[in-house]
Amino acid sequence: MQYVPILMVFAFAAAVAGLMLLVPRLLGPRRPSPVKLEAFECGKPPLALPEGRFAVKFSVTAIMFIIFDIELMFVFPWVVVYGEFVRAGLGPFAFFAMLFYLAVLMLGLLYDWRKGGLEWE
Amino acid sequence: MELAFPVIGWRVITPMLLVTGTGFACLLLDLLPPKERKGHVAAVGLLGLALAGLATGLLWGQRETAFREMVALDEFALFFNLLFCVATGLVLLLSHGYIRRQGIEQGEYYILVLFAALGMMLMAAGTDLLIIFLGLELMSLSLYVLAGFFRTRPASNESAMKYFLLGAFATGFFLYGIALIYGATGTTSLPRLAEALARAELGRDPLLFAGLGLLLVGFGFKISSVPFHMWAPDVYEGAPTAITALIATGSKAAAFAALLRVLLGPMRGLQPDWLVLVWILAALTMTLGNVVAIAQSNLKRMLAYSSIAHVGYMLIGVVVGTQLGAAAVLYYLAAYTFMTAGAFGVILLLERRGAEAVQLGDYAGLAARHPLLALLLALFLLSLIGFPPTAGFVGKFYLFSAAIEAGYVGLAILAVLNAVIASYYYLRLIVYMYMREPEGEPVVAALTPAAGLGLAVAVWGTLHLGLAPGPLIGLAQGAVGPFLP
Repeated sequence: MQYVPILMVFAFAAAVAGLMLLVPRLLGPRRPSPVKLEAFECGKPPLALPEGRFAVKFSVTAIMFIIFDIELMFVFPWVVVYGEFVRAGLGPFAFFAMLFYLAVLMLGLLYDWRKGGLEWE
Repeated sequence: MELAFPVIGWRVITPMLLVTGTGFACLLLDLLPPKERKGHVAAVGLLGLALAGLATGLLWGQRETAFREMVALDEFALFFNLLFCVATGLVLLLSHGYIRRQGIEQGEYYILVLFAALGMMLMAAGTDLLIIFLGLELMSLSLYVLAGFFRTRPASNESAMKYFLLGAFATGFFLYGIALIYGATGTTSLPRLAEALARAELGRDPLLFAGLGLLLVGFGFKISSVPFHMWAPDVYEGAPTAITALIATGSKAAAFAALLRVLLGPMRGLQPDWLVLVWILAALTMTLGNVVAIAQSNLKRMLAYSSIAHVGYMLIGVVVGTQLGAAAVLYYLAAYTFMTAGAFGVILLLERRGAEAVQLGDYAGLAARHPLLALLLALFLLSLIGFPPTAGFVGKFYLFSAAIEAGYVGLAILAVLNAVIASYYYLRLIVYMYMREPEGEPVVAALTPAAGLGLAVAVWGTLHLGLAPGPLIGLAQGAVGPFLP
């Protein structure tokens, strides 16, 4: 019985997705064109031969994104419990621990920046 | 919520912290000019490794765990820390002139080598399967990049790609093994695992055996034991030669460290079950490695197969599983590090027609042109054969005698036969160097002071461990003490 909520989530997700597919089909006007009939893939052609190379700039940008992403992932829970730390008299420890963590992360940012990761050309 | 000031066992991870700090320092140093010359980054890296080695020496004899028993400070981890510091230091020394000559001198090279060393240390010190995995990944990712550091050479790209794809698969196996073991026992911590396995009802859980098998596949890949060795020759051939040395010595030693800690630690009770598997792996690995090495005319490929064969010898020590057997593995790893790093160190100095001299024919008559280098290479090769008074001889002696003492006479006989086969292809190279006439364009040697120092250390290690093996085997026996008292 304890797993019923999970089943309910599954059922709800399936219902929402199903409705999203079903309702436009029933109500919407259908004027298909070749472009519209393509599977949607973020504006890129969904099917293409893997020719050519990806510029390495993309991965540098991705690294930059990860730096901030990971940072937020740890800062959010830290913010939530920071008050508890202060009340327990561990405020300075929690503060400087996070500061140290950010410093290490910023080292990565600095490296990326100085290596030209912020310049698109 | 009860909050307390956390106890952080900085002391336990001092050597690792030093290497991390050095890596960060090198990252920052790399940003500063000069842009073309990066020798100072290597120098700082060496200094950091020396400090880590020193810290290791100061911590010797202490036994402690930290971070909820995830990392251990014991002689085993410290022994391997020293080994990694030496191996990485040798690689840094040998790299400097080499990568400058090849036109790939970049600060990232040295930084990645340092982070690879950090991963190795973490693997040897980890007492939780996830920490071992973390170290494995840190080491592997650094080495994938380093293997492809000749960005414009197809062989190097092939090497990095193969290493990465097969390594990723092996990682998958390894992680799945951890998951199954967690499923069977409810823990990934090695001490907890030992307690869980001691409870009889868990002893025959098929989930556990599947997990152990998958772990062995992951380890088998990293130490390149047959049948998980396919990547080794191609990766060794394409990677920069100094990195080949690091993959052959450091990464193998790290995988052996984790393998020994897992198999002889918590999994010791299951020895009757994994014994046959490892026995077969050992027999296959040394035989196939040696037989295929005979057919190789490319030196880097030959040494790749030879390193596969040496893994086979070392697996004997794992099979034996006694204190002497495990200590012999540690000793052999140290000896192997010196002689292999030395052999690759000579090879990477030699050039012919602007390319690296890696073909057997390039070495014809080398003794006449470069007597010193030929002599050094001959010494390392003799040590790889197992000739007294070199480290290789003593290492084989300890391994084989441990096998005989524990009653694995068949395996010992097989190993000795293999050593005889192996002497053919090592001696062939020596014959080429000393008894053939040089032909074609001359081979050029580019001996730099740093590389000279590296080779000197390798020679010292090879001879010293061969002439006075007592202290190191004593250290090795102490090092396996934590799980084989």
